[in-house]
This record gives sequence, C-alpha cells and structure tokens, in this order.
Amino acid sequence: MDLLDDDPTGDPNGSNAPEFTVSELSGAVKRTLEGEFGRIRVRGEVGRVVRARSGHIYYDVKDDRNTLACTTWKGQAARLSVQPEEGMEVIVTGRLTAYGAQSKYNMNVEELEVAGAGALMAMLEKRKQQLTAEGLFAPERKKPLPYLPEVIGVVTSPSGAVIRDILHRLRDRFPRRVIIWPVAVQGKPCAPEVANAIRGFNAMPEGAPTPDLIIVARGGGSIEDLWGFNEEIVVRAAAESRIPLISAVGHETDTTLIDYAADQRAPTPTAAAEMAVPVRLDLMGWVDQQGARMTQTLRMGLRQRTQRATDLARALPRPDTLLSQPRQRLDLSSERLPNALRARTNAGRMALSRLEGRMTPNTLRAALRTQDQRLQTATARLAPRAQSQVAALRAKLDSLERMRLSLGYEETLKRGYAVVWGDDAVVTSHKALKSVETVEIEFADGRKPVTPTTPKKPKQKIAPPDQGSLF
Amino acid sequence: MTDKPVAEMTFEQAMAEFEAVVQQLDRGDVALDASIALYKRGAALKAHCEAKLRAAEEQVEQLVLNADGQPTGSRPVGDM
Repeated sequence: MDLLDDDPTGDPNGSNAPEFTVSELSGAVKRTLEGEFGRIRVRGEVGRVVRARSGHIYYDVKDDRNTLACTTWKGQAARLSVQPEEGMEVIVTGRLTAYGAQSKYNMNVEELEVAGAGALMAMLEKRKQQLTAEGLFAPERKKPLPYLPEVIGVVTSPSGAVIRDILHRLRDRFPRRVIIWPVAVQGKPCAPEVANAIRGFNAMPEGAPTPDLIIVARGGGSIEDLWGFNEEIVVRAAAESRIPLISAVGHETDTTLIDYAADQRAPTPTAAAEMAVPVRLDLMGWVDQQGARMTQTLRMGLRQRTQRATDLARALPRPDTLLSQPRQRLDLSSERLPNALRARTNAGRMALSRLEGRMTPNTLRAALRTQDQRLQTATARLAPRAQSQVAALRAKLDSLERMRLSLGYEETLKRGYAVVWGDDAVVTSHKALKSVETVEIEFADGRKPVTPTTPKKPKQKIAPPDQGSLF
Repeated sequence: MTDKPVAEMTFEQAMAEFEAVVQQLDRGDVALDASIALYKRGAALKAHCEAKLRAAEEQVEQLVLNADGQPTGSRPVGDM
C-alpha cells in the first residue's frame, strides 16, 4: 500500500499535494500576511465605524473599489491622536493580520492621522459647526475678564519662548502672581493635558491659590502641530471654565477651536499678557492725577465759598441804616397820635349832638297817631263781618238741637215707652233686674221708684205631691 | 458712594469709586460738609489704589504634577 501511495499516477487529482487542516491553513495565511506586510500605512476614507461596548473600535477604510476592515483595540484607541469618523480621509498605520474564525483579513490600526490639510480643514469645519450648534461658542457664554487679576494661571509648555514672552510682558505692565500648569503643546498628549489643566485650575485643592484668569498659550506651528487645541475635550473644558479664559494659540492667522470657546482670543501670547493686566505705571499716573484733581477741586470749592461769603458780607447794609427809616416812621406816628385821638373824639361828639337835636316827643307822637288811625279803621271793618258769622253759626246750632231732640229717647217716652233703671243704670234684660236693689221706671214726666214683688203662684206649684195618701 | 469698607475693595472697585468721588467734587454742587466727607473718602480710596499698585510683585511658580496629571505642589520658577 505504501508503494502505491508513492505512485504519481495513482491519483489524477494530485493527491501528492500536502493536506492542510483548516487551522493549519489559517495559521499559514496569518503568518504570511503578517510577515509579508509587516507594519504598513494605508490611505483611504473611513467608512462605517462601530464602537463596541468593550471599547474596541471596528471600522472600514475604503477607496472607490475596495474595503479594508480595521480594528483598534481598547488600549490603542485611547492613544489615537484622532478618532476615526465616517467620511474622514485618513492614513492608518498598523499591521495586517487574518482572523481565521471568519476567514477574513483585517488591519490592526495603532495610529490614525488625517490625510492632508484639506481633509483636516473639512473635519475642523464639521466639528466647529457641531459645537456651534451646541451653543458652546455663544456670545452670551463669554465672561468679562477681571480688570486686575491677582493670580494668573498659564497653561502652556514650561519651556520655550511662549511662557517667557508672557512673563516679560506681565512684568512690564503689572507684575502678578503667575502659576504655570505645564502641558505638552503638541502631539497626542496635548489635548488631554490641556483639558486637564483648564479643569484643574477650576478645581484647585483647598489652600492652593485659584487663578482669577487663565491663559492657554502656544506658539505658532502647522495645523497638525496645533491640532490638540481643536480637540473636543479642550474646547469643552475651555467653554465650561468658570474662570475667564484667554486663548493665545499659534499666530494671528491660525484659528483653533479653543479660540471660539475662550472668553477672549489673543493673536499672540504677548497680546494675551496685555489683555490680562493694565499698565501699572499708567494707573499710578491716573491715581496721582485724580488725587491732585480732587485736592484742587476741594481747595477751589473752599476758595469760592470764602469769596462768596466776603461778597455777601460786603453787600450787607449797616444796622444803623436798616433801623433809621423805621425809627423815623415811629417818631412821626407817635407825634401824630395825641392829635389824632383828640380829633376822633371831637368828631364823635359832633355826631352825637346832631342826633340829639333830632330826638323830640313830637316825632313819637306823630307816629302814635298814625298807628291809632290804622287800628280804628281795622276795628270798623271787623264788626259787621263778625256779626253775620255769629248768626250763621247759631242757625246751624238750632237745627242740630232739633235733630238731637227728635232722635233722643226722651221723645219716645212721650209716645208711651218707659226706661227701667236699676241702681241708676239702664236695665235692658230680665236677668239684670234680679241683681239690682233699687228699681226706677222713667216716664216722659219723671221717674217713679218701684218695689219688685215676687209672684207666689209658681212657689205653690213646686211643692212635691204627698206619696203616702195614695195607699 | 457705597458703604463697602475701602480695605475690602478690589483695585477696580476702588478705582471706580475714586473716579466717581472726583467727578462729584468737580461738579461743585456738593454741600461743604458733604464735600469734606467726600474728600476724606477719596483720600482713603486713593491710598488703597496706591497700596494695590505698590503691592505689585512678581511671583512665578510652576505646578508639580503627579502621574495622573494632578498638582501635588509647586516650585518657584527662576529667571525667565
């Protein structure tokens, strides 16, 4: 059998080719891929991105015809300087490998960079719009800078020209207490460190001085160099800062997203220092000037008041002149007083004697006569009228008396009726007669007392019959 | 004129009130007693401003950070 196996013609399908198990082949493919390509860079556009709950990122990088499956493990993802976003033109760096379980090959990406400045700008624009829509750059979020901060926090590289420029300018203008928070200003650590520094200044530990102004500064550089200041974490940290923040990143022509989130944007680090503090010498001059002006105005005010007082005093008349005129009037009046009194008495007396002359009995008598005449005339007119009125009243009285007599009971007595009086009251019933003592009967010609007598007959009738005689 | 003690004012507050005092005196319509009180207040504000301006001393320190990027202290920075 062993011999037959060696026969090259024994199996027309080439049974002499080595047989692999699937795993052997997968391993061989994997080794080949990894060995052949090693660490490579691939350029393409990011397609669908899936972030697994585990923290791993699965995404495609494609061109117009083909697709390359990419993975970035959780630990690697944190170190990426740019996170993959769909549509982004990128250059990925990593190793090609195979995944035997699904017969697939893919690339494990360790680093991802945005390909070309145009693509970077497009991405920047997109991110800017997104953050603007969120309101992070809204003007109403901007805080005013303190006029004279006591402590200034500077987020920058501790070495280099930037911090020196800031310190020099601060020294020139107004030396202050400066706290430097050292950060990397480019490369991967830049964004997280700057964000951490801004947040850290906002939450300084107890006892440590908290700055009342933050400057985030970096010198000029390429768009890639400044990229950290475009990262969302930095922009958010700047927008959230309670402490007013000045951004001074790159040259005047470079605009990064932190500039939009900052309360003030300075074109250069030096300009940031100028915005931060006023010029001390100017202020000293101002204070002196104001002080001098204050003293001068007060002195002038006093001088003016003194002058005015003197002027007024001068205008004040002498007491003698003030009094002389009233005194003169008094003298004059006192002189005229006795004469005036005398003249008034004389005038009164003359008026009295004039009236006296007119008061004689004749005047009264004439008046009496007139009144007497009026009385007599009235009396003469009164008598006839009174007499006719009396006669009319008498006639009316007579007719009323006649009516009374004809209606009265006395007249009926003449016709034969009588009135029974009992105890001087009219008795109108048989019952009433029993209870009276004296009885009178009134006739037309007078009253006649009568004695009531009780009839005997009824008494006898009332006696009971004698029952005994019947037997 | 605020009632805030001058010593508690920031430079900016003291400066603003000092300016207001000077303007008020400038107008010249303040009663004599009031103007003297204003002058005294102004003098105190001026002294406070001057003290704040004189107290301008440079002090530069750099934070020392631990592995987590949190400040653990600071050290003065020499000539720069």
